Amino acid sequence: MNKITEIRWHGRGGQGAKTACLLLADVAFAAGKYVQGFPEYGPERMGAPITAYNRISDARCTVHSNIYTPDFVVVVDESLLESVDVTAGLKEEGAIVINSAKDPESFRPLVNGYKGRIYTIDARSISEKHLGNYFPNTPMLAAIVKVSGVLDEDQFAADMEESFHHKFSSKPQVIEGNMNCLKESLKEVKGA
Amino acid sequence: MSIKDRMSGNEAVAYAMKQIEPDVFAAFPITPSTEIPQYFAQYAADGKVSTEFVTVESEHSSMSACMGAAAAGCRAVTATSSAGLAFMYEMLYVVASARLPVTLACVNRALTGPININNDHSDSMGARDSGWIQIYAENNQEAYDNYLQAMRISEHPDVRLPIMICQDGFITSHAVENILLEADEKVKTFIGRYEPENYLLNSQTPLAVGPYDTCPYYMEHKVQQAQAMKNAKQVILDVAADFEKAFGRHYGLIETYRMEDAQAAVVLIGSTAGTARACIDEMRVEGKKVGMIKIRSFRPFPAEEIAEALKQTQAVAVMDKSEGFSGCGGPVFAETAGALIGLPKIPMMIDVVFGLGGRDCRVEDIRRVYAHLFEMIENKERGPVYLHMGQRSNEKEVL
Repeated sequence: MNKITEIRWHGRGGQGAKTACLLLADVAFAAGKYVQGFPEYGPERMGAPITAYNRISDARCTVHSNIYTPDFVVVVDESLLESVDVTAGLKEEGAIVINSAKDPESFRPLVNGYKGRIYTIDARSISEKHLGNYFPNTPMLAAIVKVSGVLDEDQFAADMEESFHHKFSSKPQVIEGNMNCLKESLKEVKGA
Repeated sequence: MSIKDRMSGNEAVAYAMKQIEPDVFAAFPITPSTEIPQYFAQYAADGKVSTEFVTVESEHSSMSACMGAAAAGCRAVTATSSAGLAFMYEMLYVVASARLPVTLACVNRALTGPININNDHSDSMGARDSGWIQIYAENNQEAYDNYLQAMRISEHPDVRLPIMICQDGFITSHAVENILLEADEKVKTFIGRYEPENYLLNSQTPLAVGPYDTCPYYMEHKVQQAQAMKNAKQVILDVAADFEKAFGRHYGLIETYRMEDAQAAVVLIGSTAGTARACIDEMRVEGKKVGMIKIRSFRPFPAEEIAEALKQTQAVAVMDKSEGFSGCGGPVFAETAGALIGLPKIPMMIDVVFGLGGRDCRVEDIRRVYAHLFEMIENKERGPVYLHMGQRSNEKEVL
């Protein structure tokens, strides 16, 4: 049977959840996986809740529906926990990763009785420390790779470095910051 | 060797266009097809293509510009969706009747109103009688492969009809998936040069394009146009055979999946085929004899092939991703039912209208359709013929 890892992203328009989702598809592809990365579109505007999805597997997945029972959920904006049922259908043996400086267990009352693992990553402080500004994509990506175990971490770091060299070929000075940001994020994911 | 990559359906079509390097690309943006001209504009700005990229003020104009270019003897392409296709409507008919091989990348989106940007097939289904060939894709790979085959079909002397290469908006157009691309030179060799027999810029043999057609000639021209559409069936198969020889991937007018002994079957178009495939794999493990016919070519309509594939089936659900408002079922149902009229034993048939305006279709939805078909078989009774699936309702006659 083709084991398919399903990931659902929750963010707000303009925060980069869609970009992070497509980046995850990119790095999983680089690692030799079959991937799907797709956002759910509606009347988008800055700040409105948006959803994006990944399927990662060893054989092509032909299902073209949204994801209703994800293995993992990533929440790019913790304020969404108050308005969106982010753990809907989330598998108990899976996990939720929340972008927050807070302790993972402090979110337990906000996840609608979800009994699985909760992780947090302080994407803001890591990003501001290494990049001088708030770009949550790289930390969130690193966190979900770490928590899901869907990709080998060293391979992931190497592929990301190569992709940064490509993406920032005209401004190589930012590559080091991005790599430091990524490496620290892999270490700084807090779990409960 | 094919090149392994990953990209969205829109990028795949734009990439195919770059490899083909048509003479003219006339474009006006509309969601969800906008990325196609957007990617291509970048290729043009970077000097990667020599194509004349024409930004126009509307879709009526983009199709008109394509018509002018094609009449002049050029390869002309455009891309659009939904209301954009509707705005081309007049010109779609003119291009088809002028027998000009224009290629249109249609990224299917619901046709307003209420306004909605998501996928269904109401836009291209509305244009089904315009005289255009319509080929539909299940995923990004098929969108790419179909586009590479488009011009060979459309420009063939037995055909000379414009062609629409359709993919599902967002579901295919905006989803990044793995894809096999082919090398530029192999694509160029496969496509070949376009050498029109008659064209406006040929001063040796002057001609008029699109003049008034009087009663004594109009019907003859329409019959020729109809014959060209009939001829397109064989040409689509021949081009697919050449494509398979060159690149190894097989295509036909329809694709059958597990139909060999299927008691219950669905007939559908587009990305839902992949979801149905996953459902069939699950149900086959449970011993359920279920199958699928995916229609790749809707125009020309493969009536004989569908009838052949369904002749042993007991119950069939045609799944329409557009309403049609006939009051008795969608367009795919009507045509599939028509295709079966010559069969000695016609299976029980229902129409399931689904997925309008982007309403999601999941594996369990397809499973519900099969369960309904098996219930029909067991009760030996068809029941209601025209159903809608996926909407909120308390009525029983809803799947």
